[in-house]
Amino acid sequence: MGKLKKTTKQELITCGIVVLFYIVITILDKTGNLKSHTKGLLVPICYYATAAVSLNLVVGFLGDLSLGHAGFMCVGAFSSALFSVAMKESTMPAGLRFFIALLIGTAVAALFGFLIGIPVLRLNGDYLAIVTLAFGEIIKNILAAIYLGKDEAGVHISLKSFPLQGEGKMLINGAMGIQGVPTDSKFLIAMLVLLITLLVIYHMVNSRTGRAIMSIRDNRIAAESIGIDITKYKMLAFTVSAAIAGTVGVLFAHNTSTLTAASTYFGYNVSIMILVYVVLGGIGSIRGSVIAAALLYALPEMLRGLGNLSNYRMLIYSVILIAVMLWNWAPAARAWRERVFKSKNKQKQES
Amino acid sequence: MNMPLLEVKNLSISFGGLRAVDDFNLSIEKGQLYGLIGPNGAGKTTVFNLLTGVYKPTDGAILLNGRNITGHKTIEINRDGIARTFQNIRLFKDLSVLDNVKLGLHHRYPYRTITAVLRLPKYFKQETAMDERAMELLKVFDLDGEAATLASNLPYGKQRKLEIARALATDPVLLLLDEPAAGMNPNETQELMDTIRFVRDKFDMTILLIEHDMKLVGGICEELTVLNFGQVLKQGATKEVLSDPEVIKAYIGE
Amino acid sequence: MLDFLNTFISGISLGSIYAIIALGYTMVYGIAKMLNFAHGDVIMVGGYLVYTGMISWGFNPLLAILFAMVGCTILGILTERIAYKPLRGATSNLAVLITAIGMSYFLQNISLQIFTANPKSFTSVVKWEGISLADGQLKIQGVTIITILTGAVILLALQLFINKTKAGQAMLAVSEDKGAATLMGIDVNKTISLTFAIGSGLAAIAGALLCSAYPVLTPYTGAMPGIKAFVAAVLGGIGSIPGAMIGGLLLGVAESLSKRFISTQLADAIVFTILIIVLLVRPTGLMGRKLQEKV
Repeated sequence: MGKLKKTTKQELITCGIVVLFYIVITILDKTGNLKSHTKGLLVPICYYATAAVSLNLVVGFLGDLSLGHAGFMCVGAFSSALFSVAMKESTMPAGLRFFIALLIGTAVAALFGFLIGIPVLRLNGDYLAIVTLAFGEIIKNILAAIYLGKDEAGVHISLKSFPLQGEGKMLINGAMGIQGVPTDSKFLIAMLVLLITLLVIYHMVNSRTGRAIMSIRDNRIAAESIGIDITKYKMLAFTVSAAIAGTVGVLFAHNTSTLTAASTYFGYNVSIMILVYVVLGGIGSIRGSVIAAALLYALPEMLRGLGNLSNYRMLIYSVILIAVMLWNWAPAARAWRERVFKSKNKQKQES
Repeated sequence: MNMPLLEVKNLSISFGGLRAVDDFNLSIEKGQLYGLIGPNGAGKTTVFNLLTGVYKPTDGAILLNGRNITGHKTIEINRDGIARTFQNIRLFKDLSVLDNVKLGLHHRYPYRTITAVLRLPKYFKQETAMDERAMELLKVFDLDGEAATLASNLPYGKQRKLEIARALATDPVLLLLDEPAAGMNPNETQELMDTIRFVRDKFDMTILLIEHDMKLVGGICEELTVLNFGQVLKQGATKEVLSDPEVIKAYIGE
Repeated sequence: MLDFLNTFISGISLGSIYAIIALGYTMVYGIAKMLNFAHGDVIMVGGYLVYTGMISWGFNPLLAILFAMVGCTILGILTERIAYKPLRGATSNLAVLITAIGMSYFLQNISLQIFTANPKSFTSVVKWEGISLADGQLKIQGVTIITILTGAVILLALQLFINKTKAGQAMLAVSEDKGAATLMGIDVNKTISLTFAIGSGLAAIAGALLCSAYPVLTPYTGAMPGIKAFVAAVLGGIGSIPGAMIGGLLLGVAESLSKRFISTQLADAIVFTILIIVLLVRPTGLMGRKLQEKV
C-alpha cells in the first residue's frame, strides 16, 4: 500500500515535468522569446520521447531487444498520411481528420506488431534483434518501392511508375513518397500523445500485467512455473509498443509535408537511435527515456551553430553508450559499486 | 477406498535412447510429506520436470486427484494445482519481495489490462486485496519486514523461503520442493525443516521433496522413494527405506 | 541464359564476400556467444586501411591488404578487451549486444572524423582484367574470380586450422562448454581473443574485396554488408563454419538475382524475407544445432 503511493508519486513527477515543460515553452512563445528554429524542435522532441518510452516497454520491461521500432513508425506514418491526403479535399474538419489519422496509424501499426510478433517472439536475444531489424527494413523498403495511384479507372498499385488516366492522383509515388501531407501535428497534440503514452505505460507497468511482463524478463522458467502465459504477455508488450510507435509515425508524417520511406527517417539506424535514448535514460526507467530523448535530440540541434561540437555528437554518444553499459552491467563494476556502497553503509551504522 | 492425491503410473522418458526415468510409479496421499531421494544423476529433477510439464513423458500417466494431467503444459499444470521450487533458486530478482508473491497470486485476481490502464475501481480493489493476501503470506515466512526489498538482495535462506511463499501463493494442492536445503548450514536446515512442517500443517499441504540432506529427509519425510539410474530402487516408510542395505549401497557405493 | 549466368556468377562473388564476413560472426558467436554488431564496421576500417596503404602511401595491393589485416586484428582484439570482455558473466543478455551497437557507432563516427563523409573512390586491389567466354558475351572480371577463390581458400584453411591445430581444438572446446574447457587447462580469454583476431583479420580481406567490387568507400560502407553477413551466418546456422559459407553464397546469389530480375529497391527486402522464412522453418538455421535451456 505504501508501494502503491510510491509508484503513483513517480508517475506524477514525470507527468509534472512534462506539463511544466509545456507551460514554460508556451510562456516563452507567448512572450516572443522562442526562435522559430527552436519551435521546429518541439514536435520532434515529443514524438521521440514517446518513441523511447514505448521502446522501453519491450527493452526495459519485457527484456527483449527490438530493432524494428522505426519500421512500425513507418507503417503508422504511411497509413495515416494516406488517409489524410485522401481526405484533404473532403469537407471533414482538420481536427477530426487528424484524430482519425492518429487512430488509423496506431491501429495499423498495432496490427503489424501483432502479426510480426507471432513468429518473431518465439526467438530470443540476438535472433530477435536481427529479425525485428529485418522486418523494419522490409517494411521501409517496400514502402519506398510502392506506387499507388487513383484515377478514373480506379485504384492502381504497382512496383513501377505508371501513367494515370484523366483526372488522377498519385497517392504514393515510389521513393518520392506521399506528397502534400497536411501538417496537422501541433505541439499541444504531440504533448498530449506523450502524456497519454506515459499514463498508459505507467499504469500498465504497475499492474498485474506489468508484473507478468517483468517476470518474463527476470526468469522465464519461474514465470511459467507459476502459470504466467509467456506468449500472451510477450505479444501484449510487443503490440502495445508497436502501436505507440505507429502513433509516433502519425505525428512524424503530419509534421512534414513530404513523407518518404528514406533510411534517414525509418531505417534501422533510427531504431538504434531510439534505443540509445532508452539506454542512456536508464533501461527500465520511463522518466529517463523521456528526459534522455528530449535532451539528446534537442541539444545537438541547439548546438548546431557551434559547428565542431555537433560534429562530435555521435562520437560522444557512442563512447557514453559503451561506458554506461560497462558501468551498469560489467560484473567487476557491479562488485566495486557494491563494495563501496556497503562500506559507506557500515560507516553510517558505526557513527 | 481413498483416492491418492497424486498417482504416477509407469512414467518413462528417453533422451536420445537413454532412459532417464524408467517405469516410475508413485502414489502420494493428501497431507503427506514425501521424499524423493537418490544419488546424483538418478533422475530426480527429471521426475519433477515431468510432473510440471517441462518435459513430455514418453510413456505413462500422471493423475492429480484422479484427473489425468499427462501432457499438460507447464502453465496449465500450475493451474491444475502443482507448484514447485527450483534447485538453483529462480526468483524474479529485479522485482520486490512483495511483487514476487503477488505474481504467484496472478490468476486469483484477474482484472484486465484495460482496467489497469484506466485505473478503474476494480483495479484498486483487487490490488489492495492482493497486497493484503501477499503480506499475510510473507508474514507466515517472517518476510513481511522485507516486502519492499529486491528479491536479489535477500540473504540465501530467505530467498528459499520466498520461493516457497511464491509457490504457495498460486494456491496449489501439491508442492514440489527441489533440494530446498541445498547450500544451507545446519542451523538454516533445521529452521527449514520447521518451515516445511509448518507449511504442511498450516496450509494443509501435500509436499513432495527432493533432498540430499539425510538429516532433513529422515527428520520430516513420512515416506520415501529411492531412485537410482532412473529406476525405483526402494519405496516405503522412511525408517525402513533408510536402513535398507541396497539403499545404503547405492548411496555409499560398492 | 547468359544474362542469368552472369548474374549468378556475380552473386557467387558477392556471396563469397558475405561468407568471409559471416565466418567472423559465426566464430565469435560460437565461442563468445555474442552478436558482434561492430563486425561490419571492422570491414569498413579494413577498407580505409587498404585505401590509405595503397593510395596515400603507395603500397602494392598485397602489402596494403597485409597492413589492413594487421590493423584490423589489433582493432578486433582491442574492442574485445575494452568493451566486451568486462561484460562476460553479466546478468543481462542485452548488455553485450547494446555495447556492440555502441562500438559500431563508435567505429563509424571515428572514421567519419578521420576520413570525412566524402566517399573515397577505391581502386581495385585486383589488376587482372579477367576472362571472357562465349565470344566475349560472358565476361568474368578478375576481381570476381579472385574473390571466389579467396573465399574457398579461407574456408579450407579455417577448417584445417580448427580440426588440425591445438588452438583450433581449443576454440571448439570453448564453444562447446566454457567451464569444462577451463578445467581442461584451456585459457578461455586467450582463445576468445584469438577468435576475434582471426575474425577481424578476415574482415580486412573482406573489406578489400568488397571495396574492389563496389568501389565507393564511406564510414557507413560496412554497416549493411555486415548485417547481411550476420543474416548469412544465421541462415547457415550460427556457430557452423560451412554453414556461414553456404549462407553467404545463398544470400549473395539471391541478392544478385533479385536485383537483376525483380527490383533493385526490393533486393534487401527479399534477402531479409529469406532470413525470416528460414528462421521460422528451422529456427537454428540450415546447419545449426539445437540448444535448450536447462531447468
